[in-house]
Amino acid sequence: MRQKLVEFRNVSFRYDDDGPWILNDCSFTIYENQSVAIIGHNGSGKSTIAKLMNGLLFPQKGQILIDGKEVNAQTIWDIRKDVGMVFQNPDNQFVGTTVQDDVAFGMENRGIAREEMMKRIEDTLTAVGMQHKRLSEPHRLSGGQKQRVAIASVLAISPKLLILDEATAMLDPKGRQSIMKTVSHLHEQDVMSLVSITHDLEEVMMAEWVIVMNQGEIWAEGTPRDIFTRKDAFHKIGLDIPFVGKLTEALRRADVSITEEPLNHEELLEALWTFHSKT
Amino acid sequence: MDISFKNVSYTYQPNSPFAHQALDDVSFSIPSGTYVAVIGHTGSGKSTLIQHLNGLLRPTTGTVTIGDFVMSRTDKPKDMKALRSRVGVVFQYPEHQLFEETIAKDIAFGPKNFGVSDDVIKQRIDDILPTVGIHHDMLERSPFELSGGQMRRVAIAGVLAIKPEVLVLDEPTAGLDPRGQRDVMDMFYSLHKKEKMTTVLVTHNMEDAVKYADHIIILNQGKKYLEGKPETIFSDEDTLQQVQLDVPEVIQFLWKYEQKFGHSIPYNRQSITDIAQAIKEHIKEVGNDE
Ligand SMILES: Nc1ncnc2c1ncn2[C@@H]1O[C@H](COP(=O)(O)OP(=O)(O)OP(=O)(O)O)[C@@H](O)[C@H]1O
Ligand SMILES: Nc1ncnc2c1ncn2[C@@H]1O[C@H](COP(=O)(O)OP(=O)(O)OP(=O)(O)O)[C@@H](O)[C@H]1O
Ligand SMILES: [Mg+2]
Ligand SMILES: [Mg+2]
Repeated sequence: MRQKLVEFRNVSFRYDDDGPWILNDCSFTIYENQSVAIIGHNGSGKSTIAKLMNGLLFPQKGQILIDGKEVNAQTIWDIRKDVGMVFQNPDNQFVGTTVQDDVAFGMENRGIAREEMMKRIEDTLTAVGMQHKRLSEPHRLSGGQKQRVAIASVLAISPKLLILDEATAMLDPKGRQSIMKTVSHLHEQDVMSLVSITHDLEEVMMAEWVIVMNQGEIWAEGTPRDIFTRKDAFHKIGLDIPFVGKLTEALRRADVSITEEPLNHEELLEALWTFHSKT
Repeated sequence: MDISFKNVSYTYQPNSPFAHQALDDVSFSIPSGTYVAVIGHTGSGKSTLIQHLNGLLRPTTGTVTIGDFVMSRTDKPKDMKALRSRVGVVFQYPEHQLFEETIAKDIAFGPKNFGVSDDVIKQRIDDILPTVGIHHDMLERSPFELSGGQMRRVAIAGVLAIKPEVLVLDEPTAGLDPRGQRDVMDMFYSLHKKEKMTTVLVTHNMEDAVKYADHIIILNQGKKYLEGKPETIFSDEDTLQQVQLDVPEVIQFLWKYEQKFGHSIPYNRQSITDIAQAIKEHIKEVGNDE
């Protein structure tokens, strides 16, 4: 059995004492080395969960444990060493005057030796394809370049828990895939759990586990395959299913009976082949 | 308004060690009322290009013409405000265009600045809010205490409230949930159709490019790499892959279908339902032959 890394126990949260509850009695667990996608409509509470995970916010009710330690004012400094987070808008997190300084910053704070630092700067910037912008100012980059650099900066600290809050939203599909591959590659080498908050269905498919948020509550949890079979309910809460699921549905409406739940092109073509051999 | 770029180049921080040429001799023209998609790899110059459309940037060399407004290194429209009241830009990061203390003031800022009366502004806000999925009771909240997708919706509302003739959208669906993405894109399209609004969409979503645009411009390292009709552009995978672009998923699927079943279903923007129907008819036909 894998070790628990993040545990939310009946967490409720609101931004103002007299404001509405933003999260309502949320409980879930993320294990060591697991990759989890959090999805849900705009305003459902995903970024709030992310900020609770690294102690930028504290819950009014319930408990949050990271690696067995409760997140509170005393433990956050320790906990943040293990948690790397990329925000929705990378402008909010650049600290260096150049791209390479920015990548170095997090490592300096963690007392990583200079030689090792140089190596990691080189490695992570190469991994995200931003070597050529090493000496640029972060705020002078294009939208997608900013996201790549922000990801490099957290990868460099090799956190135990990596939280990507829509960190690839400005990338093209290829770029997004290659970055997610880089991340999951690291994740196989080191012990690292990955939480990706995303509206991108392809990214969801790459996760082992999916948490679906709806109006501050956990609406469902499961593997991508389980989750995407709940098509009708999905539309109601502002979400959608991938292309393959939509085409499968349309085929069924046209009386092409497909019994399985294909997840990718190959599985759907295979199912069509089976159907075609039977007619 | 017609848009034309004539040999436009743009260099950031010119005459410094950091000089970077982001646009390189780009020329094209877009007749009024067109829906254009601009696509290209990270850093290819898309955002730089569209910032020329409302005079935020002016060409280092070459000329940009929008309707009667002419911009070059030496020419600047006398009335920049008039240009900006007619060309509305939704920026890549919504935070860059939110600054007022309430959402209501933020949405009203543009039209107020262009001399629209309070009554008319109020009416416009009432009309726009439902189309961007923002509730009336949020109007007095601060735009900075919103979720990412909510900020995006407010930023879009602020630009629509100007009622521009040219709508420029820099990845407008990034951060929106799937339903929001569909609603907002459909809304832009119906404005384009109803008001004959010239629309310039920067996107990484090839599905959207092929679904909505009449014309596609591909940028690569600051140069215009290719332009043409979506159907033509997306029929040539190799040419796209050379600049690290993808073919829309539906087209990829239809190609794989052809490989497996030896039957081609050409893509001409038909709906998923129609594609399912075409597949069914083909499969039945094969079944009957055997
Ligand atoms: N600083 C804040 N003060 C008050 N309310 C806030 C604040 N930040 C967010 N909210 C509200 O909390 C709710 C949840 O916001 P959150 O950012 O967690 O949503 P999200 O799921 O990340 O949405 P999105 O997909 O749009 O990024 C929203 O209704 C939002 O308006
Ligand atoms: N303010 C700036 N100063 C200097 N260079 C810049 C500035 N803004 C952008 N650049 C550079 O100009 C090039 C083009 O950037 P631009 O923002 O136009 O790209 P883009 O096509 O919009 O990319 P993305 O898809 O990542 O948003 C990039 O190499 C970028 O680093
Ligand atoms: Mg968010
Ligand atoms: Mg851009």
